[in-house]
Amino acid sequence: MEYLLLIISAVLVNNIVLAQFLGVCPFLGVSNKVSTAAGMSGAVTFVMVLATVVTYLIQTYILDALGLGFMQTITFILVIASLVQMVEIILKKISQPLYQALGIFLPLITTNCAVLGVAILVIRKEYNLLEGVVYSAATAVGFGLALVLLAGIREQLDLVDVPKGMKGVPVSLIIAGIMALAFMGFTGIGK
Amino acid sequence: MNQMQNFSKGFIKENPLLVLVLGCCPALATTTSALNGLGMGIATTFVLLGSNVVISSISNLIPDKVRIPSFIVIIASFVTIVELIMKAYTPVLFEKLGIFIPLIVVNCIVLGRAEAFASKNSLLSSILDGLGMGLGFTMALGILGAFREIAGNGAIFNYKFHEGDGILVFILSPGAFIALGYLIALVNRIRKT
Repeated sequence: MEYLLLIISAVLVNNIVLAQFLGVCPFLGVSNKVSTAAGMSGAVTFVMVLATVVTYLIQTYILDALGLGFMQTITFILVIASLVQMVEIILKKISQPLYQALGIFLPLITTNCAVLGVAILVIRKEYNLLEGVVYSAATAVGFGLALVLLAGIREQLDLVDVPKGMKGVPVSLIIAGIMALAFMGFTGIGK
Repeated sequence: MNQMQNFSKGFIKENPLLVLVLGCCPALATTTSALNGLGMGIATTFVLLGSNVVISSISNLIPDKVRIPSFIVIIASFVTIVELIMKAYTPVLFEKLGIFIPLIVVNCIVLGRAEAFASKNSLLSSILDGLGMGLGFTMALGILGAFREIAGNGAIFNYKFHEGDGILVFILSPGAFIALGYLIALVNRIRKT
């Protein structure tokens, strides 16, 4: 039950993009088509869960144990960057179809603030490892949900006559704002 | 003349937030008031200036293949410095900006300027570029923060000029997206005419 609430809260109530503003860049950048949006969210889910596990272990057994808490930012970003590289190399070797589906998105993920953000949030909220994994997976699902929804709306938007100055980013931001309003309706569910 | 342009292009012509649309995450999250927005902007400017100076000075020594990881380490060091300074001297602002201080590391503006400008240009140009881009970003955050504070709270720089409630939605997350959307549309309109 506790985990169910954690999931609902991370996916709907505190949606990572629409309520916490993490990962807005890919949210605006790769939401032109539903298929690319789905690929991106798959890659993010994969990396986010993996990064959370690795950074959690490093924080607990190396940084906390040695009193090096101030090194958190430098360590985490380096770990995530090398992890992404490693995942890319491994995927290329063992699974060509998966690499073709997720490969082009992987380099973009290093500078996706949602991944680093979730890794730091898990430490700040003092979750244990299992809660951390559930939280990061649910957050990634929330990211995917917002991304695919926006992509769906933007595909329809191609058929509409948008005023000149509003084309592209501005109109996407305003749609995102309306989506955020809709997601506010979930406030109060869970915690 | 050319040096002047390196500095001034960050404000309107190539404003990182309003024209290049980089650094959206902190721009949306930290602009609940004008002061928070300016604080975030100044922290980013400091990191941008520091990393531009270091990267421009040592870019000849960094092998091309490990360029990006080296840049990230340099940027992360400056972010850690900002984090520790803010924790010591402005604890209230540090609490408010929260997770977005360490996240300056993944702000596309900083890495973007390092890769696109500082690694290829002289020290003086890089300093001016870092300052111009940083202050342009700060200006954009200040405007967005001021607008959201006026509309949402009936106040400016914590000075309340309107009794009672404002339009609450502008303080909450939907207002952030909508306000930034209209601000970018406005800048598009000004630039095209």
